[in-house]
Amino acid sequence: MGKTVAETIKEISREHLEKNNGLVLGQALAAVGWVNNTVPDTRGIIELSMADVAGSGIAVGAAVAGRRPIFILRFQDFIFLNGSIIINYAAKTKEFFGKGTPIFVRLIAAEGKGAGPVHSGKLHSICMHFPGLRVCSPMTPKEYLEAWKVFMENDDPMIVSEHRHSFDNRDEMPDIAAADADITIYAISIARFNAIKAREILAEDGIRCNLVHIMWLKPFTLNERLLRPLRNTKKGIVVDSGYETAGASQSIAYSLMLETGSPVKALGLYDKSVGVTTETENTTPDANRIAAVIREMCKDKTRVKAKR
Amino acid sequence: MRRSADLGQLPGLSSKFSPDISLEVFRRICLVRNFELEVANAYKAGLIISPIYLSVGQESIAAALSTVISGYHIFAQHRAHATYLAFGGDPVALIDELLGRPTGCTKGIGGSPMIREPNINMVGHHGLIGENVPLAVGFALGSGQNTVSFFGDAAGEEDYVLGSMGFASRYKLPILFVCEDNNLSILTPTEVRRNWEVADVAEALKIPAIDITDDPWLIAHHTRELVKKLPAFINCRACRHFWHAGVGRDGPPEWDRFEMVKQELNELGIDYKNTEEETARYVKGLWEKQLQKR
Repeated sequence: MGKTVAETIKEISREHLEKNNGLVLGQALAAVGWVNNTVPDTRGIIELSMADVAGSGIAVGAAVAGRRPIFILRFQDFIFLNGSIIINYAAKTKEFFGKGTPIFVRLIAAEGKGAGPVHSGKLHSICMHFPGLRVCSPMTPKEYLEAWKVFMENDDPMIVSEHRHSFDNRDEMPDIAAADADITIYAISIARFNAIKAREILAEDGIRCNLVHIMWLKPFTLNERLLRPLRNTKKGIVVDSGYETAGASQSIAYSLMLETGSPVKALGLYDKSVGVTTETENTTPDANRIAAVIREMCKDKTRVKAKR
Repeated sequence: MRRSADLGQLPGLSSKFSPDISLEVFRRICLVRNFELEVANAYKAGLIISPIYLSVGQESIAAALSTVISGYHIFAQHRAHATYLAFGGDPVALIDELLGRPTGCTKGIGGSPMIREPNINMVGHHGLIGENVPLAVGFALGSGQNTVSFFGDAAGEEDYVLGSMGFASRYKLPILFVCEDNNLSILTPTEVRRNWEVADVAEALKIPAIDITDDPWLIAHHTRELVKKLPAFINCRACRHFWHAGVGRDGPPEWDRFEMVKQELNELGIDYKNTEEETARYVKGLWEKQLQKR
């Protein structure tokens, strides 16, 4: 049996600390289950104080010193306080000083189970906004290894949008594309797991969906892997775990539409804060919500089917 | 209110320094003063189009420190021409930076608050006040090497500056914190902004701290002691002669350390005239040569 995402992160971290003279920095790392068992108990773990802005600056300073730190933000909502020095300094040094500031930021998302308004953030979209940052959202062990390899081979700061709901995943997630499908789904973060289920639900209705997985958010390259399925289906939808408004889903949908001329819808969180009750949790669009939106987009096809 | 031109003065201290050291500190003060007045001229002539943050009036801090902590990794603030020059940075690359040339120390695209100089281990700043402090602390953590972080009295109010000092204390990092305290945030005096002193907070964070005026001999004397017990903090009261940015002035400064140092050298019987004239000539020549290239 292959490793889980969590085991992969832990192994990468251990090797970085024990063989690369790396550092892992964050708040409350050892005290609470070693961050969902993704942090190894070994040398080079730096427990930061709860001074958020200072903490991220210290992590970036360690990157200036060449330690290629892994900086852990246990909840993505903390990026607001911790983002300033990453965005204003680490992301700019290559352009201004000719030298990058490689820091690997583990931006960890959570949602559901009453995580509430300030611990449910899926905020990779805001990180995509700034020049100088690489942004990705790996959901499988191999994808995580790829993210790490790219980090180690370059000198850019990297934002890694993780999600706790992927930590137990052992499976890779290959694209599914057929020339005669009805619509192409592009999915990001844990919306990818939901999209797989939505695709199965829709198949029972006779709607055939391509599914294209998006791990790299920035730099974002419109390659044939992304474009060919859409050219065939001439209809698409981008589903993300974050907010729709000015988010990754809208941004990528725009790029796909501009390139192909086909309509591509964006689907993400409702424009509402997250409450702690089931009714107000505003979680990543689930399989039923994705399926409902796609049914609406493909209603010509469903009408044809009904007439038969 | 502790602020004064003679805060912490120790009578007879300057006579304990060798004349060579005293003259070298004065040369570095002269270098910065003359350079900055040339910057002001170029700015008034419209040759510099981005905001400038002049060190005039605050020269003695970097001049004194540079004779004691050479070799430290430097994380300077936005007002850093004095740091750059006193520690031995290439003045031509700074002129070019201010003139927006690709040969500038930050490729001509960062301007006055974003200068750097790898030859003196001066790490680039991005212009946001105080953010160089956590960066410096992280660098000291990551490298284990001696580091100095400069910031102003307003940056000393930033939560992340205080949080960084606390972290440096907890991990006993080899870093010297230097507050170049000109008593002004833009034009708002310290007493309006807070009723506490950064030096007192540093001590509460278990960091040895000293709060003194910008007399260069006094700064050098205390720095020699403080570097034996890093992390440490030194607050130097100084006067900024020009506005926060640009070349505006609001009347005469509270004191002019440059003139006071000359008076002290006189009393010590040290002939500084040659040094003063040579440095002025040198700086003028550099600027003339660079401006001709335009």
